[in-house]
Amino acid sequence: MAETGKEREPFKFHTRMHLSELTGLKASTLGQLLELMKVVNGSCIYHHTHRFLQQHQHLSPEPPNDFAYWVTEVMGDDELGEKLASIDIIQFNTIRSLREKLVEVIESYLAENPTAKIRFAGEGDEFHFVKSVSFILPTKYEAYDLNGFIDILNKITIDSIYYHIFEARLRLEKNTNDFSNWIMNSVGDERMAREISQLDPYTFTLEGLRDKVIGIIKRGMPA
Amino acid sequence: MGKIDEYIPIVGQPTIDDLRLLAERLKGKVIQNINSTSVGGGVAEILNRMIPLLRGFEVDARWDLIKGGEQFFEVTKKFHNALHGVNVEISKKDFDIFLETSRRNMEELDTYGDIVFIHDPQPVVLVDKRKENKWIWRCHVDVSEPDRAVWGFLRGFIDKYDAAVFSAPAFSQKLPIRQFLISPSIDPLSDKNKELSQETIDSVLRKYEIPKDKAIITQISRFDRLKDPLGVLKVYRQVKRYADCRLILAGGGASDDPESAEVLLEVKEAAKGDPDIHVLLLAQNDIEINALQRASTVILQKSLREGFGLTVSEALWKAKPVVASNVGGIPLQIAHKYSGLLCHSIEGASFAVKQLLNSPEYARRLGENGKEHVRNNFLITRHLKEYMLLFLSLYHPEDVVYL
Repeated sequence: MAETGKEREPFKFHTRMHLSELTGLKASTLGQLLELMKVVNGSCIYHHTHRFLQQHQHLSPEPPNDFAYWVTEVMGDDELGEKLASIDIIQFNTIRSLREKLVEVIESYLAENPTAKIRFAGEGDEFHFVKSVSFILPTKYEAYDLNGFIDILNKITIDSIYYHIFEARLRLEKNTNDFSNWIMNSVGDERMAREISQLDPYTFTLEGLRDKVIGIIKRGMPA
Repeated sequence: MGKIDEYIPIVGQPTIDDLRLLAERLKGKVIQNINSTSVGGGVAEILNRMIPLLRGFEVDARWDLIKGGEQFFEVTKKFHNALHGVNVEISKKDFDIFLETSRRNMEELDTYGDIVFIHDPQPVVLVDKRKENKWIWRCHVDVSEPDRAVWGFLRGFIDKYDAAVFSAPAFSQKLPIRQFLISPSIDPLSDKNKELSQETIDSVLRKYEIPKDKAIITQISRFDRLKDPLGVLKVYRQVKRYADCRLILAGGGASDDPESAEVLLEVKEAAKGDPDIHVLLLAQNDIEINALQRASTVILQKSLREGFGLTVSEALWKAKPVVASNVGGIPLQIAHKYSGLLCHSIEGASFAVKQLLNSPEYARRLGENGKEHVRNNFLITRHLKEYMLLFLSLYHPEDVVYL
C-alpha cells in the first residue's frame, strides 16, 4: 500500500497541444490508401488513429479511427471498416507496429476481396492524410503525494491527461503511461500502477478517463 | 473581471492557463496581421475579436490593411470566385490591375512584424518584401478545385511564404512549404453569439415586422451567389407546400464585395409578392443577426461553395437545428444526422427542413449535440491556441516540439 507522505520524486504535470499539418496527399481507392499508409510519416498514422479522442471527447459517434470511418462511410465497405475499427491500439507500443497492423489488415482483405480495389471515392470524398505536430509544455503543477496528485488531476486540462496517458506511451514509446510509471517508481504502489496501466484508455472519453484514474487512486489509498 | 477571464465559465480555467503558457513563449515577437477590409465578412470578424484577445495575453498582435480601389476589388472578387472553382473570365488586364495595386501597397505598407500573417489572396504579393522575418499565408477560401490560371498565378507568391494555413483538409494542395489545418471559430461572447433576452429577440422581430405566427426558416449570409439565396427561395417554396412557414434571408455586405448589391436586387425580385418572405439587408448589426438566429425554427446554409461557413457554428452554438450543404468546412461542423443535416441539392434541403419541422424532438437533439460539438471544436479559445502554436511552429520544424 502506498505511503501518502512526501514521495521520492514529484510528478511534474505537462500539457500537450497539437497542430494538424496537411500533407497534400490523398487517396481515392483502397489501393491508394494502402500504398500511402506504408510511406507516410508516422505522425500521420498517429493523427488518424488518435484525432477522435480529442475532437469527440464528449461523445464519439464515429468509429475510433479515421481509416475505419472513411472505409465504412465513404467506400461503403462495412467489413473492412469493422476490421480497422476493432484494431486494439492499446496492444501496440510503437506507431511502427500499429502501422504494420493496419497495413496487414488492408492487404489481407484486398487479397481475399480483389473487387474491393475497384471502388472509387467521389470527388471531394477522398481520404486526406494529415499529420499531428505535438507541442509539449510543463505546467505549474507538481504533485508530491497521492493526495496532491488527485487534487491536480481534478483540475488539469484533458490535454494534460491525454499527454500522460496516450502520447507518452505510444508516440514517445515509454511502454507505459506516465501516471503508472510514477506510482510504481516513486510512490511504490505496484498494484495501483498496474491497475491504471491495464485500463484500455481508448474506450473512455477523456473526462471519463480522468474520473476512472481518480477512482482507482482513491480506492487504493489508505483510509 | 478582465476580458479573457470572461471565457472561464465557458471553457474552464485550465484551458485559459494553457493559453497563458503559450503566450509566454511568444513574448517579444510582433505578429502583424494584414488583410483588405476591417468590416464585413468572416476574416474581419475573426481579426476584430482575435487581436484584442492576443493582446490580453500580452502577445504583441497588430492589424494593418492594404488599400485598393473599386477595380482592384472587382479583380479580387473574380479571383475569389475562380479559386472557388467558378468559371470566370480573367484577362491580362485584371492581373495587371492586381499587380499594380499590390506594388503600391508594397511601397506604402511597412511589413515590420517578426511574423507577418497575410489573410487571403488580396495582400498575397506583399511577400516579395520579405526579409529575415517569418511569413504565413492564411487562405480562408475553398481551394479544393481552383481555377488553374489564378491558382498558378498566386502560387508564384504562396511558395515564398514559410507556411500556409487552410480551413479544411480538402483545401490542401501539394506545396513546397508547410501547410496547416486550422478551422476558424466563433466568439461565444460577441454580440453575434452571446445570450439574448426574449425581449430583445422579440423587439428585433417587431422592428422587421416578422410575426411569430408560424415556423421560421432562416439563412444568414452575405448576398453572394455562392451562398445560393435563390436556391434558398426554392427550398422555402417546396417546404411551404406542406408546412406553413416564413423565410428570413438576412445579411450584410462586405466592403471588398462589389457584387452583393446586384445579388440583393435579384433576390428581392424573386421574392416579390410573398409576405412570408423577409429579405433583410442588415448594416453590420450583430445583435440583430443573433436575435434572428435565436428566433428561427430551422437554420439553412445552402451554400454552393464555402470557405468554412461560420454561420453554421453560430447557429449550432444557439442549439438550433441546421440544414446545410455538404461543401467546404461545413461537414467539419456537422456530422450528418448527429449534429445537423447535410444536403447536396435543393430537393435534399427541402426534405431535411420538412423532417425537422415535423419532428421537433429530433430537431432539438440535433441542436444540442451541435452546441457541444461547437464548444469542443469551434470556439475562439481553440482558434487562439492553434494560432499561437502556428506562430511557434515557425521556429520549430520537428513533429514533437518541447517548449
